[in-house]
Amino acid sequence: MNTSLISDSVNPRLAQKISNFSWPLLALVAILSGIGVLALYSVAGGAMEPWALTQFYRLCAGFSLMLVVALIPLRFWYFCVVPIFFFAIILLALSLIYGVSVKGAQRWLEFGPLRIQPSEMVKLALVMALAAYYQNLDNKNISRLLYVMIPALIVAVPSLLVAMQPDLGTAILIVTGGSIMMFLSGIHLAYFGALLVILVISLALIFISRGTSWQMLSDYQFNRVDTFLNPSIDPFGTGYHITQSKIAIGSGGLEGRGFLQGTQSQLNFLPEKHTDFVFTTLAEEFGLIWCVILLGFYAAIIFYCTMSALRSNNRFGSLLALGVGSTLFLNVAANVAMISGLIPVVGVPLPLISYGGSSLMVIMFGFGLVQCVNVHSRKG
Amino acid sequence: MYTWLPEDKFGRHQLNRRALVLGIAQGTIFSVIIGRLRYLQVTESEKLAGLADLNRINLRVIIPERGLIYDRNGTLLAENQKLFRIILVQEETNDPNLTIDQLGQILPLTPKQKLAALEKIHDSRQDVPVVIVEEASWEQIARVSANAPALPGVRAEVGERRHYPMGSNAVHVIGYVGKVSSEDLVTPKVRDPLLQVPDFRVGRSGIEKSLDHALRGRAGNQRIEVNAYGRVMRELGSIGAQHGTNQQLTIDSSQQQFAMARLGDHRASAVVMNIKTGDVISLASTPAFDPNPFVSGITQVEFDQIRNDQGKPMFNRSIQGTYPPGSTFKMITALAALEEGLIAPDEEVNCQGSIDISGRNFHCWKFGGHGNIDLHSSLRESCDVYYYNLAERVPLEKLAAVARRFGLGVRPELPMAGIEKGYFPTRESKLEIHNRPWSIGDMLNTSIGQGDVLATALQLTIMTARLASGLNVQPRLVLSENGKQASFRPFSSIGISESSLELVRNGMNAAVNHVTGTAFRSRTADESFLIAGKTGTSQVRTISQRERETGLISNEDLPLNQRDHALFCCYAPIGDPVFATAVIVENGGTGSIVAAPIARDLLMRAHYGGVPSLRMYPPEERDEVKRIFLNLNLPLSPKITPQENRPTVSLKA
Repeated sequence: MNTSLISDSVNPRLAQKISNFSWPLLALVAILSGIGVLALYSVAGGAMEPWALTQFYRLCAGFSLMLVVALIPLRFWYFCVVPIFFFAIILLALSLIYGVSVKGAQRWLEFGPLRIQPSEMVKLALVMALAAYYQNLDNKNISRLLYVMIPALIVAVPSLLVAMQPDLGTAILIVTGGSIMMFLSGIHLAYFGALLVILVISLALIFISRGTSWQMLSDYQFNRVDTFLNPSIDPFGTGYHITQSKIAIGSGGLEGRGFLQGTQSQLNFLPEKHTDFVFTTLAEEFGLIWCVILLGFYAAIIFYCTMSALRSNNRFGSLLALGVGSTLFLNVAANVAMISGLIPVVGVPLPLISYGGSSLMVIMFGFGLVQCVNVHSRKG
Repeated sequence: MYTWLPEDKFGRHQLNRRALVLGIAQGTIFSVIIGRLRYLQVTESEKLAGLADLNRINLRVIIPERGLIYDRNGTLLAENQKLFRIILVQEETNDPNLTIDQLGQILPLTPKQKLAALEKIHDSRQDVPVVIVEEASWEQIARVSANAPALPGVRAEVGERRHYPMGSNAVHVIGYVGKVSSEDLVTPKVRDPLLQVPDFRVGRSGIEKSLDHALRGRAGNQRIEVNAYGRVMRELGSIGAQHGTNQQLTIDSSQQQFAMARLGDHRASAVVMNIKTGDVISLASTPAFDPNPFVSGITQVEFDQIRNDQGKPMFNRSIQGTYPPGSTFKMITALAALEEGLIAPDEEVNCQGSIDISGRNFHCWKFGGHGNIDLHSSLRESCDVYYYNLAERVPLEKLAAVARRFGLGVRPELPMAGIEKGYFPTRESKLEIHNRPWSIGDMLNTSIGQGDVLATALQLTIMTARLASGLNVQPRLVLSENGKQASFRPFSSIGISESSLELVRNGMNAAVNHVTGTAFRSRTADESFLIAGKTGTSQVRTISQRERETGLISNEDLPLNQRDHALFCCYAPIGDPVFATAVIVENGGTGSIVAAPIARDLLMRAHYGGVPSLRMYPPEERDEVKRIFLNLNLPLSPKITPQENRPTVSLKA
């Protein structure tokens, strides 16, 4: 591989770099961010305060971050992988010790006025770590057990830490995200078969453990699963979120109730309406047509991420772009599936739209990396 | 140009393939999600939109004010007292337990009250305020206001509670209100939303029950849009509550009070009625009970005490207590015989103290007999044998028809719950109840108001009023509703010849005002207000032949429930009767001694408009009257004269 180390990967001039940008991707990100500000304006009852304006400032910061990240040579990010990964792991560990508890899970770290959610950072750090790992791995070794165990460990450490918060939903998303990276890198499919078997067994164990001394999940997590299976058990308790969210989505109908006209969100029947449940407001006020268009935008972003991956001449860049795209996909899919009652409630924000700095900055950083791959791609 | 990242040659195809697989998987999952959204937003949309409206639109019931009840002079008999309550609005406090704890220290609350409050909070919805203290004192209100910052969600609120100023004195007329029972929720045809309101009260007895619909009013409602915390965002429309109508009764509260006091410790009932209008001026039944504790929710101990009382204070004797009318029925027998021409007024019957009919011996109350007796003296001296004679002539059906005209065996029409219609026997009922055919003995017993005949004090009052006026007097209890006078139809004739009635009236006159009359001691000394009446002493037990031979056991020696009922019915003044009354003292003994003086006092009180002056009593009776009045704590008012007071008696209607 030594000879190929000096090859055609490029570090072009600034003007060329900018012309190498994936402009459709940039536009799509901007559009979705705009929709996000609009949604936050609506859930505040038609006011910029308290969320829309803050979100707008964060977006400005996010776009700047994206541009900066995009213009820095890809190899720099390649070298940063290890420090970034360990930084994220340390923050995650710190959040377990010093974290602020939100609904029974320690998800937040507070630095003065800044509140960050390390589990969001970990999602991207993991993608970067795995992309870098496979960049260096000889194709022949990819499916050998030892070389599969290493990335498995890289996935296991952060996901276990997140599961300990305890935030099972995010942990599952991290494991899924890591698995997708390993799948893309080309390891033998038998490993996925094994993973499936392990998954089924552990799921069975988890549910057998319920009510015993070695119970593996918190009661609230079991409750969430119960409510998911039958939301009417407790319409004013844990089932409230799901029930109200479904009412909001359904009452939107095909064309929606109109901007600022959603009674469910305007009258506060929706919980977490500016964060995890922000999509319900859009669904109620704009209806199915715009929901499909919105999901179309996300699909288009994922498509352009994939295109960027295909343009990249090195594996790090390809896996990075695909990883960012699939992280986005997982968050969107989990979020919308959750609020529409397809899966149990998990604490996943809707990327680019939900109010929250951590997830926005992380995803912007991710898009910066995808643009970086574009910019530093030979074919550009 | 240099690079740090080597070109990927070997894995490229595989990566492209797997990226394609991933893309397909992602596309599939997005399709599933869109399918789910389509299901919610198209298939289920209508249903879910309806649920969204249910979420936001609340119907708030506006509670009407309950109608007030006045007496004929405008004195309040049932009012709505404003009272301050301390409530907790749950959505305004983060920690209800803490707030209750703090409130408990400030008010203070007993541990039991605290527990009850917490239970209520636990049981009720977030947006329903919980009443912590039903009736707060001024000091408690002041304390809550002073500590408002420490008590989020705690507020003082004005509530309403029914109050009966007359207490036990009018409870048998007015009744009382109480909590809604499960029966109330089942029976009405139209469901009244008010019945669902926690702490709402409905009429449980008396006027409160019978006129509950009018007194209650109609609930209004307010359609409001609320947010998820139940806070009102805006009003979408409202219909005001229709307050209950105020009822003015024919009752005179001071007459009612006097009647209750005059009945004293007896188990007795007395109704005073205006003959001209049918107005029931007082309707007394003793013993009674205070209805006020029932309104706020009586304790089980208090309730058991009332319910288990031997005197049955919850039993309204004046309309529910049925007794054999005894000799007070003799006027009916006399009228039946006169109207059928079966006896001449001056025809004499010889009373020897008893009469043998088909082998059975029927006794007169007077052991030695009355000697020769005609209609007039039979009423005056209440001879039984005379009426046994009539009983042999008058067919049961004719007697029943006359009794019916006078309201015996007919349920009086008054807006009160639980009015008894008494009883008048028929041949069929005799067979049915006693499994024996109607016999001449039954006829004899019936002719003197014994046997199966039963009547209430109200019925006997109506009977007396009809006797006195010759008109089909109908009682009434409501004078006006919301200031609108109740319609009054002049009474039709009872259909008995005036000559027969006059004969009977003369007999009743003599019974009181003739020296040999059974109620001579209960006459008045006021020439312009003379009473005519008839005594009655109805037997509760059968007197055996052996007892008659060995000598009757006197009433005082009998257990209370075997003693005779004392009755007296009368009207006054003679000539132009205005007032009628009937007094029944349960197991009271002899009518002339126990019931007649009470009836006299009631009529005199109604006539003079105050406690009668001693001067209006015969001189030899004044000491006794004075003793009774002092015993009953009734004020002696020698100043009151009929001339001064007559205007106040004049009727409003």
